[in-house]
Amino acid sequence: MFAPETASPHVAQNAGVSRLMLDTLYALIPGIVIYVVYFGWGVVINIVLAITAALTAEAVMLRLRKRPLRPFLLDGSAILTAVLLALALPPLSPWWIPVLGCLLAIVLVKQLYGGLGYNPFNPAMAGYAILLISFPIEMTRWTAPNTLIEQGLGLFESLQFSLYARLPDVVTLDALTAATALDSLKTQVGLGEPVAAVRATSPIFGAAAGTGMELVSLAFLGGGLWLLYRRVIAWHIPAAMLVSLAVMAAIFWGWSPDRYASPLFHVAGGAAILGAFFIATDPVTTSTTVRGRLLFGAGCGLLTYVIRTWGGYPDGVAFAVLLMNMAVPVIDHYTRPRTYGHDTGRGS
Amino acid sequence: MNRPLHDFPGGLRLPGHKHISTSQAILRAVLPKRLYLPLHQHIGEPSETLVAPGDHVLKGQMIAKATDYVGAPVHASSSGTVVDVTLLPVPHASGLDAPTIVIETDGEDRWVDRTPITDYAQLDLSDLRNRIRCAGLVGLGGAAFPSFIKMNPGPHHRVRTLVLNGAECEPYITCDDMLMREQPQAILRGAQIMMHALQADECLVGIEDDKPQAIAAMSAAAAAFGAIEVVPVPTRYPAGGERQLIQVLTGKEVPSDGLPPDIGVVCQNVATAAALQRAIDAGEPLISRVVTVSGGGVRTPRNLEVLIGTPMHELIEQCGGYHNAAQRLVMGGPMMGFSLESDSVPVIKATNCVLSLAADELDVGHATLPCIRCGRCAEVCPASLLPQQLYWHAQAKEFDTVQSYNLFDCIECGLCSYVCPSHIPLVQYYRFAKTEIWAQERNKRKADIARQRTEFRAFRLARDKQERAARHAAKRAALKDAGAGGTRQAAIEAARERAEQKRMEQTAELNAARDAKIAEVKHAIAAQTERQEAAPTSKTVDAVTSSSNRETPDNQ
Repeated sequence: MFAPETASPHVAQNAGVSRLMLDTLYALIPGIVIYVVYFGWGVVINIVLAITAALTAEAVMLRLRKRPLRPFLLDGSAILTAVLLALALPPLSPWWIPVLGCLLAIVLVKQLYGGLGYNPFNPAMAGYAILLISFPIEMTRWTAPNTLIEQGLGLFESLQFSLYARLPDVVTLDALTAATALDSLKTQVGLGEPVAAVRATSPIFGAAAGTGMELVSLAFLGGGLWLLYRRVIAWHIPAAMLVSLAVMAAIFWGWSPDRYASPLFHVAGGAAILGAFFIATDPVTTSTTVRGRLLFGAGCGLLTYVIRTWGGYPDGVAFAVLLMNMAVPVIDHYTRPRTYGHDTGRGS
Repeated sequence: MNRPLHDFPGGLRLPGHKHISTSQAILRAVLPKRLYLPLHQHIGEPSETLVAPGDHVLKGQMIAKATDYVGAPVHASSSGTVVDVTLLPVPHASGLDAPTIVIETDGEDRWVDRTPITDYAQLDLSDLRNRIRCAGLVGLGGAAFPSFIKMNPGPHHRVRTLVLNGAECEPYITCDDMLMREQPQAILRGAQIMMHALQADECLVGIEDDKPQAIAAMSAAAAAFGAIEVVPVPTRYPAGGERQLIQVLTGKEVPSDGLPPDIGVVCQNVATAAALQRAIDAGEPLISRVVTVSGGGVRTPRNLEVLIGTPMHELIEQCGGYHNAAQRLVMGGPMMGFSLESDSVPVIKATNCVLSLAADELDVGHATLPCIRCGRCAEVCPASLLPQQLYWHAQAKEFDTVQSYNLFDCIECGLCSYVCPSHIPLVQYYRFAKTEIWAQERNKRKADIARQRTEFRAFRLARDKQERAARHAAKRAALKDAGAGGTRQAAIEAARERAEQKRMEQTAELNAARDAKIAEVKHAIAAQTERQEAAPTSKTVDAVTSSSNRETPDNQ
């Protein structure tokens, strides 16, 4: 009369994988909205193209690997990868940039390693890194915030640019793009100008970091805190990453404020907030122990600072996360917690 | 009340579902027509029946005796006639049938002669323990470990603290809660007797703070007892785990390969204390207990005082019967209890809860996805294990590595499975790995003995051959000597003597070697049998301690 033998526990929490992924996607929405407001429709086009490419790649690979489609397409992980990758791209990109990036992320970085749960590298960041190395021109052509250009592109014009690389007659590409705050700061300081002077002269700098971008970061921070509140992510990685980034920045800024930007600039600028709350916290590719996560986060923050300050790329979050992904097995091995009743200091 | 509390790692506050069964007082269940008393209701060896079909028995009469140190007698829960002693379904995770005494009750509920102890303090401590043993008392928290053994920590342990476990951390279960509300005096009196038996200095009663009424009732009653302190502990599953509660109350950890007395603590359940009080003050053996009947599948959940041996469906009927949505019957709580195939099995000493879960309460219909390494399992693990690594290596059947991740420190609380977003049945993997490792160890012992036997056979054959060769050589030598001429008779005599001497020397040597070998094999066989006998009894305690020592190099 009863169901056959079933083992304890008989109850479970409702939160499933798809719930976690969906919550993370919801938490991105405020940041995306502000991103679109400041940087135009290109963001939306990138996201749509990326999701389409990611789901297609996922479905084809699952079919080739003879895995069920439904549970894995519905788990939301491919969509999240696509959105995170799209958010890392310059808003005005040719269509093949998000598409190629997602194909690389899903096929090469995720499915060839065994799909959900088995990939050692963060798919979105690995896809981004490959794009950045392969197509440096397209990948560093950043859109200027709407407040700084005379006339932004509408949805239709953005779509035309994405698909056919065509701009309205009166608009030139140079008029639409500008170096990012992180990038121009690095270039100008490299030429010997003090940080304060650089930040005062260019309108690309806002109150804390890049104009527009700092507000996007603020919105992502809100979403990240909501994820913490919902216990979708734990505090260890975001806190460790932001603290280590800020501490690194504070040390050098304190030593020479003319040559190094402030901690606030580093935390609010670029992809630091997005990376700390949404990218470095990807469960699959981070350490599994609590102490390991603190180390992982701290390593991400430190490497981000190092790459931003002395590396050849404008932002360092993607490479920092990928480098720390590599260190995860070692971190896991050396951060095993002490089991209850072991090494209590008394023999028996 | 200002005792500083300590923390245990992990844990989680679970939805309690406790209120649904606490609105009504404990009700004495109706006397069933038939009682089904399994011979094996405790950890340890099964008991041996003392009755045969046709015998008339009285309430409280011993009907099965313990056969081993780790064992407990069984008593008739009511008066009546034994109608059968046979294999019947029992509530056990294996789902197998087991020997059961069936009693047809006569409705008179007539007691056997009871001998209460008026002053337990006058009693010799070993006599006191013997009384507890003869009363068939086992831990009523669910593990059913014979209580008198815990009352005897041995001469090498000084037990300072008796921890009384009233935490009752599993969802739905409220039998201890209700008992503490209604019979605090009996519980505390039992605790006092336990303290005397252990010569303990203090008693800490740990109760989760979601039971304010139980805490109030126990605190009020405790005022009259010296050295007993009621300590509310934070409600966080599994705070009622023995090792977790000890950690919360004393800050000390029980060594992985040890037992609570190693750190001067003994832990007993509150219901056990009440049963002990009855055994001493009233001379009544353990024949009934409080059982929570709860879950969304029961119409009116409540607590019943039930005679051991009552079929579970009678309890369900007395609680209004099943709800339409009832889907799974569980003995114990939803986290650690096991599901039953039938409700005709009896309540046994370990039955703290009969849970009928409805479809919407169960973890069903979730597809298992791959592990996403989120680490929630590690966050909630009260033993600070890495459940995900254990799962990984158990799945790969890397049993050495699994043990190096301290598999045998897992208490199977079920939290890792509970929180897993991929709905992986983690605990099942650990049980599988433990069973496999135990089987491997048994096989290894068998193989060792077989090898010793083969070696001895080879040795015996070689010896026989050598003896034969020696005999032949002697014969030949004798003949040769004779052939050489001279005093033939004398030569033969001399040769025979030499051969005889040589043979005696050799046989003496060989006999000594053989005796030594035989002794060795016998010893090995004896040791093996002993271990095998000990094996089933030590499922929770001994096996864990013996196996967890075996640290193996990490393969990672």
